[in-house]
This record gives sequence, structure tokens and C-alpha cells, in this order.
Amino acid sequence: MSTPTSATGRVIQATRPLNTGRNGEMRPTALIFLVLLWLSLFVAFAVLITLLITIFITGQNKLTWNLVTNFPSADPEEAGARPAILGSVWAIGATAVMTLPLGIAAAVHLEEFADRKRWFNKFVELNVQNLAAVPSIVYGLLALAFLSMLGVTNKNIVIGGAFALTLLILPVIIIATREALRAVPREIRDGSLALGASQWQTTWRQVLPASVPGIATGSILALSRALGEAAPLLVLGALVYITFDPNGLLSGYTTLPIQIFNWTGRPQEGFHELAGATSLLLLAVLILMNALAIFIRNKFQKRW
Amino acid sequence: MTTVAERKGGPATGRASSPSSSFAGRRRPGEFLIKLGLRLAAAITVITTVGIVIALLVPSLSFFAEVSPFEFLFGTRWAPRFADASFGVLPLVTATLWTTVIALLVAVPFGLGAAILLAEYAKPRVRKVLKPLLEILAGIPTVVYGFFALQFVQGTVLRDWLQLPTGAFSVLAAGLVMGVMIIPTIASIAEDAMSAVPGALRQGSAALGANRMQTTLRVVFPAALSGIVAAVVLGISRAVGETMIVAIAAGSQAKLVSNPLEQGQTMTGFIANAALGDSRVGSLEYNTLFAVGLLLFLITLLINFISIRFVRRFREAY
Repeated sequence: MSTPTSATGRVIQATRPLNTGRNGEMRPTALIFLVLLWLSLFVAFAVLITLLITIFITGQNKLTWNLVTNFPSADPEEAGARPAILGSVWAIGATAVMTLPLGIAAAVHLEEFADRKRWFNKFVELNVQNLAAVPSIVYGLLALAFLSMLGVTNKNIVIGGAFALTLLILPVIIIATREALRAVPREIRDGSLALGASQWQTTWRQVLPASVPGIATGSILALSRALGEAAPLLVLGALVYITFDPNGLLSGYTTLPIQIFNWTGRPQEGFHELAGATSLLLLAVLILMNALAIFIRNKFQKRW
Repeated sequence: MTTVAERKGGPATGRASSPSSSFAGRRRPGEFLIKLGLRLAAAITVITTVGIVIALLVPSLSFFAEVSPFEFLFGTRWAPRFADASFGVLPLVTATLWTTVIALLVAVPFGLGAAILLAEYAKPRVRKVLKPLLEILAGIPTVVYGFFALQFVQGTVLRDWLQLPTGAFSVLAAGLVMGVMIIPTIASIAEDAMSAVPGALRQGSAALGANRMQTTLRVVFPAALSGIVAAVVLGISRAVGETMIVAIAAGSQAKLVSNPLEQGQTMTGFIANAALGDSRVGSLEYNTLFAVGLLLFLITLLINFISIRFVRRFREAY
């Protein structure tokens, strides 16, 4: 924009007939403001890049097969995260099995069947919003109290952790599923009902299949949140020295985030390197899950 | 949006169906069971809330039978495991306050800056690239943030580069990194709020000769204020409830924090640390966890209700 007037004139005539304020865009205050805006985004990205680089530099030496195949050990050169990896798989698998049917069913009820005028359904809706913002550690306390009530003495079992994680991500899955159901146009429901299908037949054969991509995307993102979560499992006592492969729902276990927490707290530099390497592993899995979610959304999501 | 049930007055509402929709009125016992199951699934969310309240309240009540609520809320010494135990929660509260305030000082300006840029300045194509990149920040596990806060921010930046008089831990390092973690939360909600402001307002402002900065600050920002406040409030509740960053980087010494370079134990940090030792169910130590948890839950509940109210107001605006 060497000659502001002509440039401005062109903009006015070509695309934005109402945006006559362009004259003021080159004022110093306006420019400083724009620089500040870019700066705030830049700071966020700079921290992100610094974080990734720091963790890579710390962890690169320990990023070997030992990390995947070895058990934890007092010697950082020998230690690996094998039980933590398997523990994460068990915990997230059990969480998925419990939370997906529950969350989708609850969302279908709220979106397709519930009468929004009744106080109970209003309350459920407000409640879901609230649960989504409850600190994750509170879910750990809930699971701790629940297991104590059942008389379980060893609370560090896969099913206990999965219970806490299920309740933690249930609101996230409900909210995501409701959005996916809401995106299915009303005409599809009306068409199905007009052909004589019942409400449930309409939901099961038309609405749910049409919203599968949205539900899958939301569910993968919710599960990736559960995978990175450590606080509720910490409360249940998952910070333990495990030298066996977890092999069932009642088995003792530890997970990747807990293993990172454990190694971060040790004084020796070697364990910090292990924590960095494990962080890289965890980040790689999370990025893969996110990429899968985005792929499903872009590839399969229908637009009406 | 009206649901199927509302339009048809179907079985879900419990009312008798109208004669015109005789098909829907036909008895389908299988479907009745399915609908019951769906309703039960929705009820689980309510059961969860009731469960949280009971789970926190019952041990807390036995805690307050031994420790007076007054001593708990206003005492300045937190030493639940010492021989001369003391249960004043203020040290934990001050540490939480420090980390939260520091996090907000980072997250509010940068989050709102990013939101304004994305909502008002960025072209759709640029936004499509920048927004997912920003959301990566929200997807990083908090334990990784904690590792970064302890190793790099505290160890390298604050101690080695800036030569600040600080130990192995500080509430400053934890708060700064927590702030970065919250930036995407604030940015995405504030951006939604600003994008919901009708374009006509911007055009009117531009027609009166305002430039984009003036339009943003004097027209769009006030119009989206309730949504922006809701974003900040949600940011506060995330900062108060965040556990792993403070458990790793803020330290584990419970004391009144008067300087951000000191270490301090937050409410969440205490729960995380105390849970490591296996305390006997029903002991005072065990109940202490839940008393602090109850306080934490009540604080975030209050904050969330404020946020939901603000969002409601902002939705009704247009």
C-alpha cells in the first residue's frame, strides 16, 4: 500500500462496499494493536515449539526400544515403560468400553427423546455442563470413596481407574454426541417418521448412522484426554512400582502419565531423560489420535 | 430446536399420544425398554453429581467433627501429618491464589489477543490453519506441562538465565506454564462470542469512520462482553482445579506464600501428594483429603455457575 488512497478506493469498490474505515488502518495505534495481537498468538506458538524442543532434547537419548520393552528399574540405563504402556492400553480400553455406550445413550436421550420442558431434563442438561468443568482430581476422590465403600482395599486396579476416567470424560462425550446428532437435519427424521417408522427406528436407522463420524471424532478426542490424564489415577494410588504386565481388570497397573510423573520427581538426570522420552512417546500417540479424529471428520462427515 | 418427542407428544413425554399418530401409539415393549435404558444413561450423570456430593460430604463431616470449620477456613498453619497437627487451609488457598492469578495474567491478555485476531482479523483460510495449531496446546497432557515447568521454566529460565533467587520449585513457574495451557480455552470461547456478534454492528461502526481496532474495542468487544467474561471465568476454574503442573513444579511445602518465587502447595497439590501415602479409610488423614476436595469442588461449582449465567445472557442478546 504505497498510495493509501488508491488502494483504499479499490478495496471499497471491489469487495467491501461498507468497510470505509480502511483510512484509519495505517494509524500508529492501529498498527501497534495489530502487532500486539500477532504477538499474543506468537507467544503461544513459541511456547509450544520450545516445549517440544526441550522435551526432545531431554529425551532423545532414551528414545530406544528399551523404553518399550523394559520394566522400570532403579538403574535409568535399564529402565523402560513397558508396564505403563500396557497399563494405559488396559485403562483406556476399559474406559472406552464403559463410557461410549453410556455417553451415546445419554446424548440420544437428551437430544431425541427428552421433553425439554420438564424440570428433570433441564436439570440433566445444566448438570452435564457443570460436570464438564469439575476438576479431574475430584473424580479421583469420588472413585476413591466409591471403592472404599465397596470395601476394596487395594484401589490401584484397572477397573477402578477406568471408573474414574469414565465419569471424567462422560460429559465430554455427551456434549460431542449431542452436537453430532443436532447436525442431522430435521427433514431426515420427518421423512423417516412419515414412512411409518417409530421414533426409535428413526433414531437407530437414520439419525445415528448419519452422525457416526461426528460421534467418532468426539469420542476419540475424549479418549485422548483420558489417556493424558494423571490426577484421578494418582489419587487412587497408581503411582506404584510395577514389574509385571497388567493382565486383567483387577490387575495392578500404572499408566504413561503416572510413569512420567514418577520419573520427573527423581533426582537423577537419567530419569529426567526417561521422563522426556516417555513424554515424546505419549505426545506421538496423542497426535496420532487427534490426526485420526480430524481425518474422520474431514473424510466422512456429511454436510447437508 | 424442537425434538421429535415435543412435536409428536410421543410416548417419551408420558402423555397419551394423539389419535392422528396411531403408529407411534402402538405398543412396542422392546422400544419402551430401550427408551428406559437411554433415560437411565442420562440419569447416570445426575447420579455422578449426587455421588460426588455424598463422597465429599460424608468424610468431610467426620473431619469437621474433629476440626472446627472455623479453624479449617481461617487457620494459617497446614500440618495435617505432624505430631501437633494443625488444619488451617489458608496456606493451600494462598498457593492456589498465586498460581491462579499468575496463570490468568498470562492467559487473559494472550488468549483474548489470539481470539480477537482469529475472530476479527484473520481470513477464513488463515484461521483454518491457526485454530487447530492453537488447540494442540490444549491437547498436551498436563503432566508434560509440569515436566516442562520444572525442568525448563524453573530450572533453566528462572534460575540459570534470569539468576532469580529461587529454589527447585516455585509457584511462578507453575503459574506461567498453567497460563499457557489455558490460552486455548479462553481464546476459543472468546472467539465464539465475538464471532456471534452480528456483522451489521461492524459495518455500522465502519460506516461511521471507525477503523478495525476501534470497531473491535468499542463495538465488538462490549457486545461480546458476557461471552468473554464467561471465557475468563472458565479459565479461572481450570486454573483452580489443575493438579499435575502444580504437583510437579510448585513444590510440596504448605506455607503461606508471600512471594511468587517461593514454593507452595496448592489445594490440588495437597490432594495429589497426600493420596500417595496410603492413608487408612476413615482416619483423620483420609478425611482431610475430602475436606480439601469439598472446598475445591464448592469453589469451582460457584465459578461454573457464574460462567453459565454469563453465557446465557450472551446467548439471549441476539
